[in-house]
Amino acid sequence: MSATLKSYAVRLFPQIAALAVILLMVSIAFPGFFRLEMQNGRLYGSLIDILNRGAPVALLSIGMTVVIATKGIDLSVGAVMAICGAVAAACITSGYGLVATLLVTLGTGILCGLWNGILVAVLDIQPIIATLVLMVAGRGIAQLITEGAILTFNDPGLIFIGSGSFLGLPMPVVIWLTFGIVVALLVRRTALGMLIEALGVNRRASMLSGVSTGVLLIAAYVLSGLCAAIAGIIAAADIRGADANNAGLWLELDAILAVVVGGTSLLGGRFSIAASLLGALIIQSINTGILLSGFPPEFNLIIKAAIIVLILVIQSPRAQTAFAFLSRPRAGEKKAEQEAK
Amino acid sequence: MQPDNSHVLSATGIDKIFPGAKALNRVDFSLRRGEVHALLGENGAGKSTLVKCLTGAYRRDGGRILVDGADADPQSTLEAQKLGIGTVYQEVNLLPNLTVAENLFLGRQPRRFGLIDAGAMNRQARALLAEYDLDIDVTAELAAYSVAVQQVVAIARAVDLSGKVLILDEPTASLDAHEVAMLFRIVRRLKERGLGIIFITHFLEQVYEISDRITVLRNGQLVGTRETAELSRRELIAMMLGRELVQEVAVDHGAKGEGGDVRFRFRGFGRKGHIQPFDLDVRAGEVVGIAGLLGSGRTETAEILFGAERADSGTAEADGRALDLSSPRAAIREKFGFCPEDRKVDGIIGDLSVRENIALALQARRGWARPISRGEQDRLADDYIKALDIRTSDREKPIKLLSGGNQQKAILARWLATNPDFLILDEPTRGIDVGAHAEIIRLIESLCEKGMSLIVISSELEELVAYSSRVIVLRDRAHVAELTGGKVTTEGIVEAIAASGGRADA
Repeated sequence: MSATLKSYAVRLFPQIAALAVILLMVSIAFPGFFRLEMQNGRLYGSLIDILNRGAPVALLSIGMTVVIATKGIDLSVGAVMAICGAVAAACITSGYGLVATLLVTLGTGILCGLWNGILVAVLDIQPIIATLVLMVAGRGIAQLITEGAILTFNDPGLIFIGSGSFLGLPMPVVIWLTFGIVVALLVRRTALGMLIEALGVNRRASMLSGVSTGVLLIAAYVLSGLCAAIAGIIAAADIRGADANNAGLWLELDAILAVVVGGTSLLGGRFSIAASLLGALIIQSINTGILLSGFPPEFNLIIKAAIIVLILVIQSPRAQTAFAFLSRPRAGEKKAEQEAK
Repeated sequence: MQPDNSHVLSATGIDKIFPGAKALNRVDFSLRRGEVHALLGENGAGKSTLVKCLTGAYRRDGGRILVDGADADPQSTLEAQKLGIGTVYQEVNLLPNLTVAENLFLGRQPRRFGLIDAGAMNRQARALLAEYDLDIDVTAELAAYSVAVQQVVAIARAVDLSGKVLILDEPTASLDAHEVAMLFRIVRRLKERGLGIIFITHFLEQVYEISDRITVLRNGQLVGTRETAELSRRELIAMMLGRELVQEVAVDHGAKGEGGDVRFRFRGFGRKGHIQPFDLDVRAGEVVGIAGLLGSGRTETAEILFGAERADSGTAEADGRALDLSSPRAAIREKFGFCPEDRKVDGIIGDLSVRENIALALQARRGWARPISRGEQDRLADDYIKALDIRTSDREKPIKLLSGGNQQKAILARWLATNPDFLILDEPTRGIDVGAHAEIIRLIESLCEKGMSLIVISSELEELVAYSSRVIVLRDRAHVAELTGGKVTTEGIVEAIAASGGRADA
């Protein structure tokens, strides 16, 4: 077991280190950064804010990780968020109960995933093209549902999902943490993880070894759709309305970035959901950090890009080889250090 | 080794270190002008690594390379080309979707007014290929031609670009005898022109046919360089393996599975456009060999038996029970296994570990919800690594880092782990070294003794003759003959293939 833990530690080290460095840098620019307060049974503070604001991208990155592990990509998640937000708002305003609304919305996300999965697995369309279809059409569908307006609602149950709290943590945080753990356990405690990795590395060889590649591919896109649906509900609940034009806009790119920062290769194969979630937190920390440190907003995107380039350079195979080479003589020391911890 | 004028290339004390392994240890190698120098060794001996150091694809960690007596340090294949070193790989590294002429002149097309002069390019291409007695339409896509022609085009390009040293990395692996002869004519002509040619292959007959000297590597070390004429085949094998091969293959027909009952029965099994319907009976504990030229329907037969291509006619049954062979998954449920011909594309999952590659088929059959525990996987992998002597530093190594023969053994282990009743092996010994070769043949024989039914496809006829109790001969995508008992000889197979004017190549 300790060997497994150790391999996890090695795998997640770059992401944890990057996150720590970014948080430290922000705390230098903004001294009150690490302060946490308890008010009305709920934690407040910048760190909680990062966890909370990062919820949609964190959720998207869970599904995106699995899709990318199959050597695919899902560009439609932002649009699916918009569709699902619209569906949730439409359901709740036309008098459905909370449970029914949630079921219909999650079902919509699954349906969207099924569509993508069938295009990719059955019709053998390249994932980037297959999911582009829904990315483009999705916002149109969402606008049809909301009839072009921002569809607002005031159902306390639905709003609770966006702004309520549970055990001192905001609901969105509880949801993405729980969902992330459930999915991570599902793929690692069963053989799904290994079969997905095999499929991503070599689809034909996996098929010839008896792996049900088609079913797995569809399942990956369905999971991604489901994640987008949950993210869509949270985004809508947060603003108490469904905005077909802006909900989830460009978030597919943040989700892909989170997966990449998490170190999962776009070429498919080995993946880590925990690393992608850390990647999502890194992205959100950068966003929040830039705002807090009071840089003029026009710098935000450039600084974000610069930090991300840096992280990717550190992760690049060439840099990794260079690090491995530099740290070789001191390998013994490092081990002692780890054991001390 | 003193560099003198007769050597076009000489390398001394070449070292190459990979993380965790020394791939080359102070290897010396020299190449004379106008000689064909065979570079031999088992898989993983360091042949490819040495070639890659010479062509700049790898940076060497020590040693000197002299080209024409001057120090050379190629940093990339482009620099190596400028030094006069050209390489042609087993998998032709040209662009199949461009024309022959474009491939020959890619990156250096003749220009007129800054635009590519297609007319001049095609003329020059024709002239260039004429030197190789190749009269083909240079404006056609490269993919339209056979591998042999593509190989010649690759050689023409390499020689034209480089001109001093030509490295041929297993050029004959996918050629038939006729094509090999054509290739060798070209090699001899280039040799007369004074090129130094490094020839890497697993076919010992070809080594004796074409090479002047032989250098043998083993485990990254130089074993020796000898004149071909003075080296007996037995000595050579001993140099390569470090041990005398006791007996390459034992031929023993009497003992082989004549007795058992027919276990698998295929009737009118076929698929339009792939393979004509055939009848096939396989007994328990029997090896049925399949022979035929490239493109005669050998692989198609394997694919249809395994469900990789769905049969559109005929029936399959085992012990009188109908079999569902509609997909590989279904076939695996019926306890079928299939080691495909193209290991890299259809066999290995490159980035995954040896352990995961071995466990994959068993896991897939059990379904995702019933994972094989890590402990069980470790045990499974360790057992097969030991039983099949898979050489890997540990079971967690990505399989793509293993040599071809060891990859093949791992794929075999993948199927043996599922405990199959019916195992199809498509070219199980292609592109692997002599040592692994003999081991795989022994393995086939022992599986057969345990009562497994095997179908083995191979283009090495001696090998087929050695382990098959019957041989099916294919021609033009149909089963045309079945040889049994005393007729299972290489001559018999060749005759059956040649009978009634089969095509020369595919």
